[in-house]
Amino acid sequence: MALDDTKTKDFKFVGTRPERPDGVDKVTGRAKFGADMTAPGMLHGAILRSPHAHARILSIDTSKAEALKGVKAVVTRADFSTNPTFGPGLTGEPWNVLENVMAGEKALYDGHAVAAVAATSALIARDALKLIDVTYEVLDHVTDVDKAMAEGAPVIREGAADKSVPAGMHPNVVRYHDSGHGDVEAGFAEADLVLENSFKTEATHQGYIEPHACLGSLGNDGKGELWCTTQGHWYAQKMCAALLGLETSQLRVTASEIGGGFGGKTTVFIEPVALALSRKANKPVKIVMSRSEVFRATGPTASTSMDIKIGMKKDGTITAASGVFRLQGGAFPGAPCEFTAMCAFAPYALENVHQIGYDVMSNRPKQAAYRAPGSPMAAFAVESVIDDLCKELGLDPIDVRLKNASHKGTKASFGPRFDDIGLVETLEAAKAHEHYNTPLKEGQGRGISCGFWFNHGGETAVSLALSEDGTAQISVGTPDIGGSRASMALMAAEELGIPYEHIRCTVADTATLGYNEISHGSRVTYASGLATIKAAKDAVNKLCKRAAQKWGIPEDAVKWEDGCAVPSGANAGDFDPLPLAKITANMGATGGPIVGHFEATPEGAGVSFATHIVDAEVDHETGKTKIVRYTVVQDAGKAIHPTYVEGQFQGGAAQGIGWALNEEYIYGDDGRLQNAGFLDYRIPLASDLPMIDTVIVEVANPGHPYGVRGVGETSICPPLAAIANAVSAAAGVRMRELPMSPPRIVAALKAAQDG
Amino acid sequence: MSKIHVNTTVNGDEVDFLCDPRETLLDCLRDKLQLTGSKEGCGTGDCGACSVVLDGRLVCACLVLGVEAEGKTVDTVEGIAKGQDLHPLQEKFIKYAALQCGICTPGILVATKNLLERNPNPTETEVRYWLAGNLCRCTGYDKIIRAIMDTAAEMREAG
Repeated sequence: MALDDTKTKDFKFVGTRPERPDGVDKVTGRAKFGADMTAPGMLHGAILRSPHAHARILSIDTSKAEALKGVKAVVTRADFSTNPTFGPGLTGEPWNVLENVMAGEKALYDGHAVAAVAATSALIARDALKLIDVTYEVLDHVTDVDKAMAEGAPVIREGAADKSVPAGMHPNVVRYHDSGHGDVEAGFAEADLVLENSFKTEATHQGYIEPHACLGSLGNDGKGELWCTTQGHWYAQKMCAALLGLETSQLRVTASEIGGGFGGKTTVFIEPVALALSRKANKPVKIVMSRSEVFRATGPTASTSMDIKIGMKKDGTITAASGVFRLQGGAFPGAPCEFTAMCAFAPYALENVHQIGYDVMSNRPKQAAYRAPGSPMAAFAVESVIDDLCKELGLDPIDVRLKNASHKGTKASFGPRFDDIGLVETLEAAKAHEHYNTPLKEGQGRGISCGFWFNHGGETAVSLALSEDGTAQISVGTPDIGGSRASMALMAAEELGIPYEHIRCTVADTATLGYNEISHGSRVTYASGLATIKAAKDAVNKLCKRAAQKWGIPEDAVKWEDGCAVPSGANAGDFDPLPLAKITANMGATGGPIVGHFEATPEGAGVSFATHIVDAEVDHETGKTKIVRYTVVQDAGKAIHPTYVEGQFQGGAAQGIGWALNEEYIYGDDGRLQNAGFLDYRIPLASDLPMIDTVIVEVANPGHPYGVRGVGETSICPPLAAIANAVSAAAGVRMRELPMSPPRIVAALKAAQDG
Repeated sequence: MSKIHVNTTVNGDEVDFLCDPRETLLDCLRDKLQLTGSKEGCGTGDCGACSVVLDGRLVCACLVLGVEAEGKTVDTVEGIAKGQDLHPLQEKFIKYAALQCGICTPGILVATKNLLERNPNPTETEVRYWLAGNLCRCTGYDKIIRAIMDTAAEMREAG
């Protein structure tokens, strides 16, 4: 989507670094997050979860729990809609969500919800769970992706596969992706060196510090209110309505401040349960997950098993590349196998490329999106092989990537041709960076990787209302997950020509705006930003119209400059500039309130690339790894608030460091999660990390008025690979399985030593 | 189970509440005193989002029982600003964008204020290890550390 009214220079507000509007609330403890809300007469909910990885639910006896003093309601699957849209299978996502929110005939993973209680205190609710008697018939289970595809693996659910799956595959394979172009066999034949290897990554959790929390109120009249921590409250509204048999518009959902999401709060878990309990008890019900519930029953990302083959000429030209990507996404369809396959080779202009993806079900929690879902794993596998090719052929890893880099006009590995993109610019900036040109110390290794993410537009509605005193309030529908309210106000300030401080941006509830898609796909600064700019332009048009009326000249004879209506030329007349506040002061008498709107589904999100440089040290005795230096170079298109862009770069890198080095879901032979807490699921600490340097590259996205590209997700695409390349160099042995935890490194060193 | 009457001092104010002996200090602060600035991220003392100062000692409020607050003083994030004047740490956290979502911020501010009271001139390494019990998932800690080092320097200059 090329835009005719773009602005890419001479910004007055965009590109500055003002303080965020919610700053004081967040440093004083005043900000209200999911668990911080209460209501008069409120009950506390708690959820009973399956201790088995796979079991048929033969019976649930809730009578003893119901008899406990203080218990006001108990719900099971029978208390939800019996006919959510569609049935089992791929197109039945509401059904899948319901099945995940409250188990039906079978418990499908350790932690799967089977019943819930509402009581007058959280302690009584917890006590009541112990009185619910569930009879299970334990079934065989499988949690590993390769085993889940193998002959004889227990079937999670018959008939879940869609038509894409080739005949003869195990029923746990539910989707299949196949894409590419050229002739890879011919390409491999042209190569001077062909390398082929297999890689694995474990599932990791988004790891937001705020557990899921909500407060729901629903009457038997079908009217309800829901407060929850979510990345998308319209999605929560739609899904809760479907699961409870309500009319969507009768349920008003308000998004709380959100304590991290990273994709993991793009769906519902406890929200429909709180509403079902509330309907039954006829009182508001609050549910707050424990950390162990978060690990066992929400997120995580998919685990993978991948095979990569790449051919290269002696001069570094890649002649062909192919990959097979198997993703396990838990007991439901939806692992992002097509994203993994499509992102894998996207950084490179390849004549011959072929990628296959498998979406496989297993007895694990339903995977949720995690920051560029599917892309980081693909980069890990592909960029590791490229690194080996560079080493064997004696080539510089950045030169090789520059030689093969995608650019404007390249036919992408996933099909379309790229528009303006900034991969080459990130590679050139990385090559010129002092980090890349600083010699390593003894025992250190350096790794390089590129990464790619699509970015997304999505349904968006924004409203911008002017106040009599000449200030502005913006209502957006995308929960602010990283400072986006500041970016919206900056863009509105740019259009309106009034100071940033005179604009307040609020995340509106579902009753206030049209449908807004979730804050995902790095879409907020792009899509809500575009909509804010358009809504401001709409308000400006209305302001100009009022000035034209006042001056008695045609509307098109007025233009907007620096916060004032001015005659558009000498022939329009001689009038003094009319400031915004002068027009709004008496807007009630000149035609009524002035409000700008924009509602659309913008489709010009603009893909994004990054290049990361990492230096690592490995203790050969203990296998402990240390990241000693890290530099992120990424194309932001246009950085609206550069400090928050840097924050996204640093946050993505830090999560990538955790994924690469320590984080993993560990299942026992019994199919139960063994590390459902932050002590054993170790995310990076302050003492683990170095400062993370950032370089913002700006290659304007033609699909946004100011050239913005989303930045949130691309930042986690290169780290796994860059760190694996650095650690492998420092260890002297290629690491092909994540995380590269101390035991894995020690085992790899020992295997290399033993030959 | 009968409830226990607890008298304690929170952010300088004398307060009392009735609590079940199983309830944590964090539960009591949040649910009985409506001081929801302290957050529960884990309930097991791993994340530090509930960091408070109990008789001068930095603790996880989720690992202290409500009844243990009897006769003691508790300092929480709500007590850091004095009236409308923010503490220098709070100002620098906003200026440096040392928070993205802000859920870990109360705990990190409480922990850091306690550090600077003990050691006004910490090295970067000392700050990083002092905060090793306070998880942040958004920032990669970079801007948090920069905000703290700058605050410490400024507070030393101001004497």
